[in-house]
Amino acid sequence: MAISEVDAIPDRRTEVDTKKTSRRSFLLKLGFLLNGLAAVSFSVPVLGYVLSSFRTEGPFKSWIPLGPLTDFPEQQTRLAKYRNPYTRPWDGPTAEIPCWVRRLEGDKFQIFAINCTHLGCPVRWFQESHLFMCPCHGGAFYEDGSHASGPPPRGLYEYQYKVEHGQLWVFGGQLPTLGQPA
Amino acid sequence: MIERLRKIATWIDDRVYISKLYAATAGHKVPSKSGSWFYVFGSGTLVCFMVQIVTGICLALVYVPSAGEAYSSLEYLNYQQQLGWLLRAMHNWGSNFMVAIMLLHLIQVFLFGAFKYPREMTWISGVVLLLCTLGMAFTGQILRFDQDAYWGLGIGAAMAGRVPLMGPAIVHMMLGGPIIAGETLSRFFTLHVFVIPGTIIAIVSLHLRLVLTKGINEYPVPGKLVKKETYAAEYEEELKKTGVPFFPKAVSKDLIFCALVLLGIVVCAACFGPEGPHGLADPTQINTAPKPDYFFLWLFAVLSLMPDYLETVLILTVPFIVIGILFAVPFISNTGEKSPRRRPVAVLSVLFILVVLGAFNYLGTFAPWSPQMDAWSNAEIPVTYLEGRTPLERQGALVFHTKQCINCHSVGDAGGLRGPALDHVAARLTADQLVRQVIQGSGNMPAYGKNLTPAEVAGLVAFMRTLHSATEAPARDSTRTGPATVDNIPSGTSLRVAPVRQ
Repeated sequence: MAISEVDAIPDRRTEVDTKKTSRRSFLLKLGFLLNGLAAVSFSVPVLGYVLSSFRTEGPFKSWIPLGPLTDFPEQQTRLAKYRNPYTRPWDGPTAEIPCWVRRLEGDKFQIFAINCTHLGCPVRWFQESHLFMCPCHGGAFYEDGSHASGPPPRGLYEYQYKVEHGQLWVFGGQLPTLGQPA
Repeated sequence: MIERLRKIATWIDDRVYISKLYAATAGHKVPSKSGSWFYVFGSGTLVCFMVQIVTGICLALVYVPSAGEAYSSLEYLNYQQQLGWLLRAMHNWGSNFMVAIMLLHLIQVFLFGAFKYPREMTWISGVVLLLCTLGMAFTGQILRFDQDAYWGLGIGAAMAGRVPLMGPAIVHMMLGGPIIAGETLSRFFTLHVFVIPGTIIAIVSLHLRLVLTKGINEYPVPGKLVKKETYAAEYEEELKKTGVPFFPKAVSKDLIFCALVLLGIVVCAACFGPEGPHGLADPTQINTAPKPDYFFLWLFAVLSLMPDYLETVLILTVPFIVIGILFAVPFISNTGEKSPRRRPVAVLSVLFILVVLGAFNYLGTFAPWSPQMDAWSNAEIPVTYLEGRTPLERQGALVFHTKQCINCHSVGDAGGLRGPALDHVAARLTADQLVRQVIQGSGNMPAYGKNLTPAEVAGLVAFMRTLHSATEAPARDSTRTGPATVDNIPSGTSLRVAPVRQ
């Protein structure tokens, strides 16, 4: 409709066209600008929500009791487990984290993560040969957690521990990896 | 009456453009020789994808993507939901078929030079689809939230954790928290059900559109070279001369193949049933030997066989190099010969890659690098190795069991394959060398010095000195004089003939 009106008045056509174009291009620019603003206001919370998991600091780790000292005989290595301090109600059994506790004597302990330092598979303790062996790619560790053989690039990950009120406490809550050992 | 129906049909067509859509898609012209058995794999892959969508939606009606309940919902699907087991099986076999047929499609397209000018983007979108499909395979394996899934995630996290500086953050991002737990499953569910399938649908649309606009690759003729200047005209010419509408003239083999694929999925699902779940994803159940599904077995093998000192570098670079090469293929060889008969390097590359992947997958199925964790308590040294032995030697055989030597070393086919088989070790090593090896270890063997008493070492070495066949002379120390059997072997093992073994 608008175009045929313009066609009807050929001598004013250029002027009107320029005016119309400038108004159109203004509206177009405004449209882009508004959408840009809207997109930012929309994507900031979305990205903030998704990328929040990049955060590695936070209340993830804490001291967790592993049980009375009497559970851990001297010169023995025992499997212990704790409920991860950072959990969700729907975590199910995945929130139960195992670890190897080696009591040397008295209050001297070593607490090893279950995860092999190669690719995270669960290492098993062999009391008879005093070795930890990994079922995945054949890594082996001595009883003090040091690397014995196979592809792992370092010894077992060791958690901090303390003895308080007759209990052994472990400082856990984080899956150990090479970049962030326990 | 017929007139009325025709009118209705014309009205509908006028409003929704069905006949134009038909002419542009199913009715578009293809070179008649492209209606070949070699050209059916793309359609086959698409059928698999549709099977996955339908069965996936059905499974999502019941499956609960929660770390606490996923396992029991899968068990419910297997045993209580009517036909749940079959739907799970069809989804599993659909994925097996999809990966396999997609690989065939990739190989065919590569060998027939279909990636060359002007179909570079068709190839590139296909590579994206390949990556998405492998992504679906991996995330799907995670949704079967069992021990393999749990420790598979652990392996993924351990690999991501090797990234310099960003490692811990990437691991957190991947797991949705500090450990593998509820949020981890939720995000893999999101990837598997929304993000990747959505991407696949979008890219498949692009892929098919490119097939329509750039045309299906003509059947390659040896000696007929692709030249940028003339290709479009030549293709037009061929379409004019031999072109037939895809439907109904060139579709028959695709139809037959697609039906066979669908039947294959249903039959395999009905005969072999669903996969897993294999044991609750409870990290405290540590007596597990995690293993990936078959499409990643080769990766599992590569990860254990590559040299330790290169591992981090290789893990973090090789995937990108391989993917980069895949994307670059159409630019490395953009024009020229298309026929595999004149492209020996292409054919040999395919054979080489298939042999390598096949070999790694084969190794991955029985994982000789993994200790056999329960061999020490359930493998048996054959009686022939113990007959007529002295008490010391038998005591040594016992040490061989109880100290878990047998987890890594086999004797008479019993035991692990991590270390060398010891059936002939006495022919290779002298008693002194054996003592040194046991006490100090080396390479991939831990040192047992602290964990064995001198008496145990003596017994173990005495036992190992008996491990040679009757026709082999025991190893001797060449710096010592005298016959091999007297000076170099501990008493009790020297003058007795070992039993003959096959």
